[in-house]
Amino acid sequence: MMTIFVNDETHTVSATTLAALLDELGYGGARIATALDGVFVPATERAKATLINGAKVEVVAPMQGG
Amino acid sequence: MAVSDSFSVDSFLSARSFYGHTLTSPLMLGTAQYPSPDILRQAVLAAKPGVVTVSLRREGARQRAGQAFWSLIQELAVPVLPNTAGCYTAKEAITTAHMAREVFQTEWIKLEVIGEQDTLQPDVFGLVEAARVLSQEGFKVFPYTTEDLVVAEKLLAAGCEVLMPWGAPIGSGKGLNNLFGLRAMRAHFPDIPLVVDAGVGVPSHAAQALELGYDAVLINTAVARAGDPVSIARAFSLAVQAGALAYKADPIESRDMATPSTPVVGKPFLE
Repeated sequence: MMTIFVNDETHTVSATTLAALLDELGYGGARIATALDGVFVPATERAKATLINGAKVEVVAPMQGG
Repeated sequence: MAVSDSFSVDSFLSARSFYGHTLTSPLMLGTAQYPSPDILRQAVLAAKPGVVTVSLRREGARQRAGQAFWSLIQELAVPVLPNTAGCYTAKEAITTAHMAREVFQTEWIKLEVIGEQDTLQPDVFGLVEAARVLSQEGFKVFPYTTEDLVVAEKLLAAGCEVLMPWGAPIGSGKGLNNLFGLRAMRAHFPDIPLVVDAGVGVPSHAAQALELGYDAVLINTAVARAGDPVSIARAFSLAVQAGALAYKADPIESRDMATPSTPVVGKPFLE
């Protein structure tokens, strides 16, 4: 198990890739975009994006804006 | 000219291209701060904007707040312009732009790199840097900038084909704070699409921007925070049409002295 920070919240997960992390946390099917340690990770690259202990993940979705 | 042409903004709009796209209205409407999603929906329907601006925020796996908003945007079927609001560095804005491109499936990005908290004035140095990187990566950048002509030149050199100078600080409602600067910008860049972004408070401010020859106006707070957002959305829609028609009509120059509007020839001698 690893500790991963998702949007600054601590999660203990078994996932080792970004794609697996999103599934494990229940993001499946959501319209989202992701970054790993401050770097954008396209949806097509999430399965190849390997997580290490302490990784910082950002998950964002559409929101009202001006 | 056909009568219908003289009473329509179609010819005004068709002459203005934003990265090859013609807008259906010179009004760009923000989607934030409305009292409810339904009032936002009604305001968009009343405003009939050419574009709505949107943003990105952190999404929880359970809350899924963004998914409901996304459904609403799809229902409205208005082109979206994602922003990088809240970014204070070029790096942050660039990463946000990439995320926005994937989520909203558009290369358009309203690029904001904020430099100062009290006025939300753009950090024009970070802005130019981010605009260069994003333009090279295929983004169509709409930079939120000041009316500074030197910065504007650098944004164009960086690849921007549209400029969005502020009217006044975001949310201030002060209108067009620097008329001289905005006029100078219009005169200096006659062929670049220009949008007044931020600071508009009432519909007359929006009409004024169009009368100056600006191609569009971006409004959010003035609609969303009004007592009746739907009515003022309609008022803004009418104001930009009035401004566009007035610009097309070649208004008179202001002058310091009176000139009689009623002919004096043939006036009866009554003394």
